[in-house]
Amino acid sequence: MTPHRPDREVAIVAFAQSDHRRRTDDLSEVEMVMPVLHDVLRQTGLRTSDIDFTCSGSSDYLAGRAFSFTMALDGVGAWPPISESHVETDGAWALYEAWVKLLTGEADTALVYSYGKSSPGSVRDVLTRQLDPYYLAPLWPDSVALAALQAQALVDVGATDEPALAAIATRSRADATANAHAQLPGARPQGEYVVRPLRTGDCPPIGDGVAAVILAVGDRARELCARPAWIRGMDHRIEAHSLGVRDLTDSPSTRLAAERAGAFEAPVDTAELHAPFTSQEVVLRRALDLDESVRVNPSGGALAANPVMAAGLIRLGEAAARIHRGDSDRALAHATSGPCLQQNLVAVLEGEPHVR
Amino acid sequence: MSGKAVTSKECVAVVGVGQTKHVAARADVSIAGLCREAAVRALEDAELTWADIDAVVIGKAPDFFEGVMMPELYLADALGAVGKPMLRVHTAGSVGGSTALVAANLVAARVHRTVLTLAFEKQSESNAMWGLSLPVPFQQPLLAGAGGFFAPHVRAYMRRTGAPDAIGSLVAYKDRRNALKNPYAHLHEHDLTLEKVQASPMLWDPIRYSETCPSSDGACAMVLTDRTGAARAPRPPAWVHGGAMRSEPTLFAGKDFVSPQAGRDCAADVYRQAGITDPRREIDAVEMYVPFSWYEPMWLENLGFAEEGEGWKLTEAGVTELDGDLPVNPSGGVLSTNPIGASGMIRFAEAALQVRGEAGEHQVDGARRALGHAYGGGAQFFSMWLVGDTPPTG
Repeated sequence: MTPHRPDREVAIVAFAQSDHRRRTDDLSEVEMVMPVLHDVLRQTGLRTSDIDFTCSGSSDYLAGRAFSFTMALDGVGAWPPISESHVETDGAWALYEAWVKLLTGEADTALVYSYGKSSPGSVRDVLTRQLDPYYLAPLWPDSVALAALQAQALVDVGATDEPALAAIATRSRADATANAHAQLPGARPQGEYVVRPLRTGDCPPIGDGVAAVILAVGDRARELCARPAWIRGMDHRIEAHSLGVRDLTDSPSTRLAAERAGAFEAPVDTAELHAPFTSQEVVLRRALDLDESVRVNPSGGALAANPVMAAGLIRLGEAAARIHRGDSDRALAHATSGPCLQQNLVAVLEGEPHVR
Repeated sequence: MSGKAVTSKECVAVVGVGQTKHVAARADVSIAGLCREAAVRALEDAELTWADIDAVVIGKAPDFFEGVMMPELYLADALGAVGKPMLRVHTAGSVGGSTALVAANLVAARVHRTVLTLAFEKQSESNAMWGLSLPVPFQQPLLAGAGGFFAPHVRAYMRRTGAPDAIGSLVAYKDRRNALKNPYAHLHEHDLTLEKVQASPMLWDPIRYSETCPSSDGACAMVLTDRTGAARAPRPPAWVHGGAMRSEPTLFAGKDFVSPQAGRDCAADVYRQAGITDPRREIDAVEMYVPFSWYEPMWLENLGFAEEGEGWKLTEAGVTELDGDLPVNPSGGVLSTNPIGASGMIRFAEAALQVRGEAGEHQVDGARRALGHAYGGGAQFFSMWLVGDTPPTG
């Protein structure tokens, strides 16, 4: 499949995130979102009134109430009225909607944010409500059990083993020591089995957090950022829902999204992969043909901080931030949604060549 | 964003529309079955197959209404989305309209050529009233029971404009009679009279039972495509001339609940894109989001069809009747059919049917330009599009 080449240059020009914490009982959603929005706006010097389009991602099921996003909007300062939309999924898809909006020419700047508070409920139970409501959800198979099914399938085909999974956990959390926002940085024991073959260390932390990015087009991006992270391509694909009809050891949707985004046209130096479980990094590396030369999840990834609904947007933000800092020239960012990597988004980000 | 240099967008055409027969409870189908029914009808209308669809964009109101979190995951198979991009939009009651606009942008940006967009609500799976009644401590809840939230604002409108008490019942009586001409409408009240509307129980003063929307199970789908796709369409396409969304906070000091600024700004943006300077004269039919009858005169003003305080006079004079000068809700509107998440898309789709000349018995003669309108939350989210029977020029 030929990559889709966007007509308009669009870049991520700023990224901000909260410190990710196990609980935020002391904060409402608006209180959680506002400092991050202020941070990302401050980085560019833009005010809410300068933003042409705003899009957010979240899920009512985490908050435990309908229309939870309507309150978070207060944090944006939607007065006078703004051009705004919302996706009920990870903020990476909100970024996709904003990118499309910029490509139409109807907007030159966009603010994208997403947030998740997992602490008010039991996220393992809550995520079971994503499943087929007639056949699967009544059985309450939880997210760790489903990930373990995938992990065991990988072990069975010889794609990985428990020591290799433990090494992914160790590397991720060691890298997270350089990430001031991470929830689980540093050496941690692999711990007991949660659901075989996954141990505590193979699973993501449960936490609350927020992320925000600003997008801009062409010269506007160059004004707002010394080294914009240009979105060279972005695509997302979904797979069948039923786990029984999918090969859990592969991720054809990731591969297809990567092809359409142009990821295979030239090597990437960095990949931020949204893999909440160690075993899912194995699947994604295979689908994306990433070898040892690629720096995978230098932020620590979702194993170090996994605010549900923001963790995918954070991957795009972290990849962009590496380009902003000059640590990467061409990076791949990935986000996932649904059980066992059902839906996947891939973006290719590039910095302009260094002038030395 | 007026005055902004705009790169050339691809034209967007509606070439297929499909709806389910909306009813109180579709016990015979699953959520997936309901959605697929509308999608298949849209494909049949466009004479396309699943293979012709490049991406799927779906919308619905809160997931709590059916008790399924992120139902797009479960619906991927039923909507032929496996291997394709699938995007899920949620902007409260305006979502059906926003979803169509997100889908239209995919075509306009030339990211995809042909997109299926669908919105649904299967309210019988759960209880919408309780789905909305989950307040969180220390946050302002959405004041569950939409009638309770909106009734004071209707009363404010009446006070502000001096509108006579009977206007609301005129709207309800008109929309329910229009619905008799629409085979997909939920309520078909053959023996309804104006006297019966006026004698129906008072629910939230001044809103009577017969002036409120029903709870429906239903889905609506559209196939959107580019110029090339439209050239191959078997039936006349509807062309998108303008589309916009606007949001403002639910509650704040100084908010005008009778005529929210976000609604006025949204309409102005759509008219600017479509080159409309006199909506009252230049628009032939309106599908307006009227869940409580009094919102027709209120939105007539908010959308610029009448001066402030004058909207009710258009309703009273019969201007908004099916055979009037500016027909509003020829389909019967939200007052006759309300699968919440789909209601906005039905407005957009019915506007498209009007300019395609495909609206059947509720067709407005010679409709060339029609407005689809949706709103949601505490009158804080707005989405609108204007469609025409010819492609936009320039």
